This record gives sequence, C-alpha cells and structure tokens, in this order.
Amino acid sequence: MKKTTTMLAAAAGVLALSVSVASAEKLVIGLASEPTSLDPHFHNLGPNNAMSLHIFDRLINQDEKQRLMPGLAVSWEPIDDLTWEFKLREGVTFHDGSAFNADDVVCTVERAPDVPNSPASFGTYLKGKTAVKIDDYTVHFVTEEPYPLMGNDLSTVPIISDETGCSASTEDFNAGTAAIGTGPFMFESYTPGDSIVMSRNDGYWGDAPAWSEVEFRPLTSGPSRVAALLAGDVDMIAGVPTTDITTLEGNDEIQLSQGVSNRVIYLHMDQFRENSPFVTAKDGSEITNPLMDVRVRQAISMAINRDAIVERVMEGVAISAGQLLPEGFFGVSENLEPVAYDPEGAKALLAEAGYPDGFAMTIHGPNDRYINDAKIAEAIAQMLTRIGIETAVETMPRSVYFGRASRGSPDGLPEFSFILVGWGAGSGEASSPLKSLIHTHNADAGFGASNRGRHSDPEIDAVIEEALRTVDDAKRQDLLAKATEMAIENVAIIPTHFQVNTWAAKTGLRYIARTDEYTLAIGVVKD
Amino acid sequence: MTDATTEYPAPGVAAKVETPFQRFTAEFLESRVATAALMLLLLIIVLAVLAPWITPQDPYDLAQVDVLDGRLPPGSEAFAGYTMWLGSDGAGRDLFSAILYGLRISLSVGVASGVIALTIGMAVGLLAAYTGGRTEAVIMRVVDLQLSFPAALVALMLVAILGKGIENIILALVVAQWAYYARTVRGTALVERRKEYVEAAACLGLSSPRIIFRHILPNCLAPLIVVGTVQTASAISLEATLSFLGVGLPQTEPSLGVLIANGFEYMLSGRYWISVFPGLALLLTVVSINLVGDQLRDVLNPRLKK
Amino acid sequence: MTVFVIRRLMQAVLVVILMSVIVFFGVNVVGNPVDMLVSPDADQAEIQATIERLGLDRPILEQYWLFVKGALQGDLGNSFIFGEPALKLILQYMPATLELAFTSLILAIVFGIPLGLFAGLYPDQPVSKAIMAGSILGFSLPTFWVGLMMIILFAVELGWLPSTGRGDTAMFLGFETSLLTLDGLSHLLLPALNLALLNISLVIRLTRAGVREAMGQDYVKFARAKGLSTRRIIFVHVMKNIMIPVVTVLGLEFGSLIAFSVVTETIFAWPGMGKLLIDSILQLDRPVVVAYLMIIVLFFVIINLIVDILYSVLDPRVRLQDQGQ
Repeated sequence: MKKTTTMLAAAAGVLALSVSVASAEKLVIGLASEPTSLDPHFHNLGPNNAMSLHIFDRLINQDEKQRLMPGLAVSWEPIDDLTWEFKLREGVTFHDGSAFNADDVVCTVERAPDVPNSPASFGTYLKGKTAVKIDDYTVHFVTEEPYPLMGNDLSTVPIISDETGCSASTEDFNAGTAAIGTGPFMFESYTPGDSIVMSRNDGYWGDAPAWSEVEFRPLTSGPSRVAALLAGDVDMIAGVPTTDITTLEGNDEIQLSQGVSNRVIYLHMDQFRENSPFVTAKDGSEITNPLMDVRVRQAISMAINRDAIVERVMEGVAISAGQLLPEGFFGVSENLEPVAYDPEGAKALLAEAGYPDGFAMTIHGPNDRYINDAKIAEAIAQMLTRIGIETAVETMPRSVYFGRASRGSPDGLPEFSFILVGWGAGSGEASSPLKSLIHTHNADAGFGASNRGRHSDPEIDAVIEEALRTVDDAKRQDLLAKATEMAIENVAIIPTHFQVNTWAAKTGLRYIARTDEYTLAIGVVKD
Repeated sequence: MTDATTEYPAPGVAAKVETPFQRFTAEFLESRVATAALMLLLLIIVLAVLAPWITPQDPYDLAQVDVLDGRLPPGSEAFAGYTMWLGSDGAGRDLFSAILYGLRISLSVGVASGVIALTIGMAVGLLAAYTGGRTEAVIMRVVDLQLSFPAALVALMLVAILGKGIENIILALVVAQWAYYARTVRGTALVERRKEYVEAAACLGLSSPRIIFRHILPNCLAPLIVVGTVQTASAISLEATLSFLGVGLPQTEPSLGVLIANGFEYMLSGRYWISVFPGLALLLTVVSINLVGDQLRDVLNPRLKK
Repeated sequence: MTVFVIRRLMQAVLVVILMSVIVFFGVNVVGNPVDMLVSPDADQAEIQATIERLGLDRPILEQYWLFVKGALQGDLGNSFIFGEPALKLILQYMPATLELAFTSLILAIVFGIPLGLFAGLYPDQPVSKAIMAGSILGFSLPTFWVGLMMIILFAVELGWLPSTGRGDTAMFLGFETSLLTLDGLSHLLLPALNLALLNISLVIRLTRAGVREAMGQDYVKFARAKGLSTRRIIFVHVMKNIMIPVVTVLGLEFGSLIAFSVVTETIFAWPGMGKLLIDSILQLDRPVVVAYLMIIVLFFVIINLIVDILYSVLDPRVRLQDQGQ
C-alpha cells in the first residue's frame, strides 16, 4: 500500500515535471511583416494590432472568426439610443501589478486617437464617442447618433494603464518601460528588424498561454521565411507563399493551417469619366468610356474565370467570390454566388452594348500588396483579351500604386480606369466594405473613401445609411445583405476571390487560423 | 580577308605579313575557350534575334498565353498543341519562348546601358584626368555624388516619375554605372599622363586630342575592358535585382531577369525549371560575354605582347 | 597635405548640401505616403488629419526649409512609420550593416588577392583556369538567387549554419556586434559571403590583370635580371602595381556594399540599414530615406578621401593636389 502511494507520488511528480517542462517551452515565430512600433495606439495597422494583442487586451476581443467575445468588459449593451453601457471585468491586474478599472478605459479613449506623429490613428473607431466613468467597473460610451457598431469599434482599441501608459510617449513603449498591459504576454525585449521577445504573464485572467517565452522574428522575404522553418530556426511562420504550399504539404515535418480571411480581391471600374484615361479603341483613339455601361461591366465579370484564378494562380488556396465577404460573416447575402465563367455570353453582351470588336484598356495593380497580386492582374488581362478587350497590364509597388489609384490624376481624382485592389473588413462585418467601396464618394460624410471607381447609386446609399443607423442586429443584417445584392447587380464592383491565409508549423504544433490574418502566439496549440 | 588571299600567292604563310585586324583575329582565336565562348555568344545573339520566327508562342501576346498552362513541367503539351520543352512559368508562358524573348530584352538592356555608360564615363574620366585642376575636382565630386546613390533608389524614383519601361531601366542603369567607368579611366589615365612618353608626346607638340586618343586611351583599355565586362554582366544582373525588388521591367514582357525574379518564389517549391532555365540562360550569356572580354583584354593590351 | 584635406572637406560639405536638395525633392516626387500609412478604414477627414499631422500639407519649399533648419541642429526629421527620429533609427541599424560590409570586404581581400595572384602568376595552370571560371560565376548570378541557394544548401539541406537573422550579439565599445559570439559569427558567415561574392570575383580579376601586366614590365624584368628573389619581386614590386586598382575598386565597393546590402539583408533578414532603406522606400518613409542618403553621401566622401590618400602612399607619382597645369 505504502509502495503504491510512493509510486503514485512519483508518477505525479513525473507528470508535474513533464507538465512544467512542456510549459517552459519557447516558441519562435517568423512573421511576414514587422510591426512598426510597440505603442499600441501609434499605428493602426494589421501587424501592429496583432502584436499589441499579446501585451494588451481590448474591452471586447474578437475570436478567430472575428466574433465578439468578452475581453476586459464582461458585458456591453445599449441602454438608450445614444448610450452603451460596458461592465468591466474585476480582479484584472496589469503586468506591473496595478489594478485595471474604469480610469484606464477613460484615459485610453483619450489617448488613442491623438498620439503625436501617428501615421494612422484609432480616431476612425473612436470618433464621436465619449467615455464616461460611472463607477470603477462601469463605463458609458455616449454618441451623438444611434450607433450599432459600438462593439466592433471597441474590439479594436487596446487598453493601456492610466498610470504607466497614458502619459507615455511612443519611444517609452518601444523601450518597454510603458509596454505594460493586461495581456497574456509581458514585454521582454524589442530589437527592430530582428526580434521581439515576450514572456508569459502567469497572472493572466484568461486561459494561460502554453508558451513561457515567445520570440517573433520578421522574415519579410517569402522563400527565406520558408527556408528558416525548414532549417528549424523558427517553429512557425505566417504568410506561407502559395507556391510552396504543395511542397510543404508533402513534408512530414511540417503541418499547415489554413483559413479564409476577411479580405476580398476585387476590380474597380472607372464610372465617373466620359473619357477614361486608360480605355481606348483598339487603334488607340479616344472613345466614350464603355465601363459606364452596365452590360460591359457584366461582360467583364463573366469573362473572368474565377476557378482558373483560384486553381492556377492561387494554387487552390483561395475561394471564388460573388460578394464582399465570405459566407459566415455578419451582413453577407445568402443569394449571391460567384458569377459563372461564360466567355461567349460575355462577347454577346459586349456586342449588345455596341462593342462587337471590343476595345483596349489597361489594368493597374500593386505587385507587393496581396497574395500573387501581379499574377492575378495578368491572368485577368489574358481572360479579357480573349473576349476582345485587349488588356495591357501595369503593376507597381504599393508605395506608388495606392497614391495614384486614389488621387493620382491632375485634378486629384483616381488616375486609373480599371484596377485590382483588395479590402479586408477589419470590423468583421459587411458595413465596412459597403461604406468605403460602394457608397457614393462623399468626403464630408466620410463615405466612399476608397470608392476609386466612383460608382454612385442613391438607392444603395440610402440602404447603407439606414443599416448604419439600425441597432437591431437582425434588421441590420438584412439591410447589409440587401445593399450588397444591389451593388453586385449593378456591377459596382467585381469581386474575384477571397484570400485564404496559410501558416506552417513544425509537426506537433498547429495554428488556429484567423480571418483577420493576425498571427498570435496564443493561437499556436500543441497537438 | 578575300583581299589578303588574292594579294598573296600562298595564303598559308600570309600570317607573316598581315593587317592588324588579321593579327588581332588570329591572336583572339588562339584560345580555344575564348573561341568557344565567342561561338556561344554569337549563337545566343542569333537565337535572340530570330526568336519571333523560331518560338512556338509569342509570350508577349496575352491572347496566346493561358494561365491554365501555368507551371507545367518540361515536356508537357500546351493547350494550343505544341510541346513546352522547358516547361512553363506561373503565368502560362512557354519557358523556351519566354527565355528567347527575354534574352532579346536583357541583351539590349545590358549592351545599350553598357555602351552609353562607357561612352559617358570614358569621356568624363579622360576629361578629368587630362584637364586636372578645377574641372577635375568638379567632375570627381559629381562622380562621388553619383556613386552615393543606391541604384535601387534611382530606379524607383525614375520608375515613379516616368513609369516602367525598357528606356527607363536603361536610363537607370546608365545613371547607376557611368561613374564607375569615369573613376576607373581617370585613375589609370592619371598614372599614364605623368609617364614619360606622354610628356614626350606633349613636347613634340602633338595636339591634346591626339595624345588622349592615341596614347592615353589605349593604355586605359585593359582596365576598361575588365570593368566593362563586369559592368555589362552586372547590368543584366542588376536588372534582375530591380525586378526582384519590384521595380524592374513590366512583367507581361519579361526579360531574363524578370523570369528569374518570378522564378525566385518557386525555388523551394520543387518547380525548379521556372527559375533554373532562365538562370542558366543568363549564366551562359554572361559567362560568354566575360570570356570574350577576357580574351579581348589580353589581345588588346600592348604590354602583354610577347 | 593638410590643405588638400581641408579643401576636400569643404568640397564634401558642398556635395552634402547639393545632395540634400536632390534627394529631398527627388523623394518628394514619388507617390503619396499618406495612402500607404492610413488604415483602409480611415475616412477622408482622418486622411486629411494625417496629412496635417505629418506636415505634408505645407508647400514643398517650406518643408525643405524646415528640414534644413532641423538638420543644422542635428535633427533629420521623424520617421513617418516609426515616429522616432530618423537619425536615431539609422544609427540603431547601422552597426549590423557596417559589420556585414566590413566582413565582406575582408573576405574579398582574403580570398581575392591570393587567388588572383596565383591565377596571374601561373595563367596556364588548370587551377588558375578554374579560379577564373569561378570568378566569372561569382558575378554572373544575381545576388538574391545565390543568397537563397546558399540558405537552401547550408541551412536547409546540410544544416551547418543558421538560415536567417543576426543571432546573439555582445556589446563592444557601446555597439552590439555579432563578431564576438560564436552564434553571431555563424549567423554572419552566409550573408557576408553572399555580399562578398561579387567583390571576390572583382578582386581576383583585378589582381590577375595587374600581375600579368606587371610581370611583363621593364622594372620587373630588370629586378629579375638583378637577381632579386621571385618572392621579393612579387611582394614588393608586383603588389605595388596591383594595389592601385584594387584599392580604388574596394574603396568604391565598401560604400556600395553598405548601400547595396539591401538585397542580402532582405534575403537573410539581417537587421541592417539596407533593409531599413528598402522598407522605407517601399513605404515612402521620406525622412528615413533622406537621412539615410545624407549619411551614405557623407560616408562616401570620407571613403574617397581615404582612397585618394592611400593612392599617394601607394604610388608617389600621383600627387595629392588639386592644382591646374
């Protein structure tokens, strides 16, 4: 009997030991793009937001499908048309031991939109909202108009400490002295261009992370990143190039994780100029902009073989798109399918529109922004050339591209006629693309900021605006779906496919793929 | 050549009394390696020139390129029926056709930029070395200024202002390279100018252009050819690098460099042919240029004469 | 000599001023950084606010005036992307690049000169032919291609060396350096060799050309006739002759090694300022690009000065003077 106990104790000891050995593991992750700062409010940018999620929590977290989950707030609900009440989580401490309470929330909301030198602030999400402290664990957010997207907006803003963070500068965060949050990991070191190291926060309020230490290394060149994983220098990489997926799938030592993202790749067509600069007759002479004609736009959409793009260009790692967000997201339509490939029908439509011999144009696109962006542009040009629209391809670095695409013409309007772009819905629901890509361009109201084709339809605008005022989720969902259907029917935009992201890890590790494309250490689990 | 044979009764012994060109040819052909390289280079040039007539596909005509033909291994049959002996790249271009068309572009870019840069650099370098004084100081400061510009930035700026295109790439390469020639020529000429024979020539009252072109320039040729072959080769490489950085030539009309840069991402994927074949073509081209250049240098250099 | 150095330094100042104008206005022609920076979700008001926050709404001449005013006080502006002073950023990334370039230069000399000497002295040996063939390969292939090949071979297949990154560093005279730790050295080797390849080839070829030329010259023939040992002829007389082109080219190349380490640093994820530069160019971080180029120009002017002084030491026929005729 006694012996059994000893053995049990020994077994328990071994078990405890193995657990502690396992949990004392270090994880090295190779990132495709490097965050520009550890100040969570400095630059509202994907890699920065992903990194800040390790150290800082939000009031509301987004899970891997961007559904809203309680974070530092345990509940949030509108108590009247203009006020949302947030109940805060009690007993949470910052890495330095100080307690989290309403003061931290109020000072965060003040600092986040207004960080000195910030190239992209969080003002977008906090505009028109005032945080009022009711008691230590209750905060009211007051708006001037009914605002249904409160939860989505606040799920993007990292909460910092009013004692160490709110008065700190960006340099203090980068040096680590102010990088003190409530998140699952604590700052250890930051060497720009080389590494970011964090250690586990043992007092974390949520599920304890499996890794005692995490090192992030920026490896921006795709093949080098894959090589680093194969050489065993890193445990996991983000942004696996589509070209390497087949080989990695066949490698026993590597395990892939894939997931559809919130990013749609689409085409915008000049619909506001009588003579579009990059559309001409085949002999080069000026013609009236054919892209104004909905039949021509339909023909273009029908001429695009989306399955070929997915299979050949994206090597099967993408999903053909018929609307602005993949299924499963809030506000998508259940009635929309990707437009079927029909080159003959496209030719007939072109002839009906008065272009039996087609015309000539140029497709412009970036070559370093989206997965295989330049190759997609080229494939589309091939397909359009086949139905008689002689299409030239011009791709350029994003640094040159976006400026010209947004306001490159002499009068400050979009320069190009036919462009390839992508849109990731940061809020995880359909109002984001509808508001920016489909709504009539209106600088004063902040609508249509990225509507580079300038499609304009007052009826769609009205539906979008109504949706943005509707607090009732079911009604809003229907309105967003309706607006999407109207936009697709008008061919305001031509979606081609949804990006699918791929992570690769050593066998034994698995990444829980996220639609927001973030790479998070807490998402790396052991099989 | 015909003249020589008619003039002399025994062509076999004609080598004893020969024109400078004949001597030059004979000396050049002494090296079998150089001869082979010259043959190879000529073959490459002929293939490049004849590309439109001997390739099964016009890789620049998007109506002939089909993405459904993409990434096929060597020997596969294309949709249009012909065999792709070297396989196809990601966009569905037949690699054999694409390489020959790419050679045309790469060679013209390399040669055009090399010749222009050499001409400018040589003129500037000689001017600096020969005039000395303030002119030299100003010129050399400009050379310094030029050399401190990374080629990538020059190219990116030019591309942003002028748009992508062969002329712009050539311009960027010339801007990036002329200073190397200028510096080399000036360095050598500086030494030559102070040698006795030049001083003697000056005393004899020979004109400056005559001294420069007849005496100083020939002596600068050896280092110039070394730098010239290195630079022409690196012009072709640099164009590939620019493409790798995303600011090279348009990808629908790929040069050899663009093909290699595109193939770069396939290097770990097992589809070796996409970057290896264009790489091999580049290698053969550059190596043959260099071997020919080496031999030229040995033959042209008066001080290496036995 | 002193007069020469002072005059050259004055010219250097002029060059730097001229450069600042060219670079500042050149960089400002390219693209619009705001579109790169703002979040896609941003509306037009937010974009306008960002333009004002970064001072991009001011006329370009005013922007240049502000830049010059700052530069005179040692402030080259704040990075758009990082929000920190551009100068500080560059100095932070600089040691890694200098270390890489310096190591490459040493590799170029250590490999290049002996191989070139051998190939020059025994041009007909098969080994010499192999050396020359190798040197041709060295600059025939694009750096990025060779770099990845090296990673695949030495890191992935053989597993001898780490694939990317800088490894452990140690502090030396206030700088982080990889040269003092074994791990750091193992990380340094591949990128340094990759960066050095072109220069090794160049040095081999220059050395060989110089040797062959010198061996045929009268003073060498004379020295031989006088009965001087071959070793003495080679190391005293021949070396002197080949050092001029080698020093010129390497002097030029050191600056361009730093400037052009862009590609190597990208492939090997080496946290140097070349990578910072290409990232800054691609993201239109104008202040960093301008500051980087100013520093590089300064570097170049200094290196050229050193090269010219070395010239005069190596070859007394070249006088250190800017005189006319």
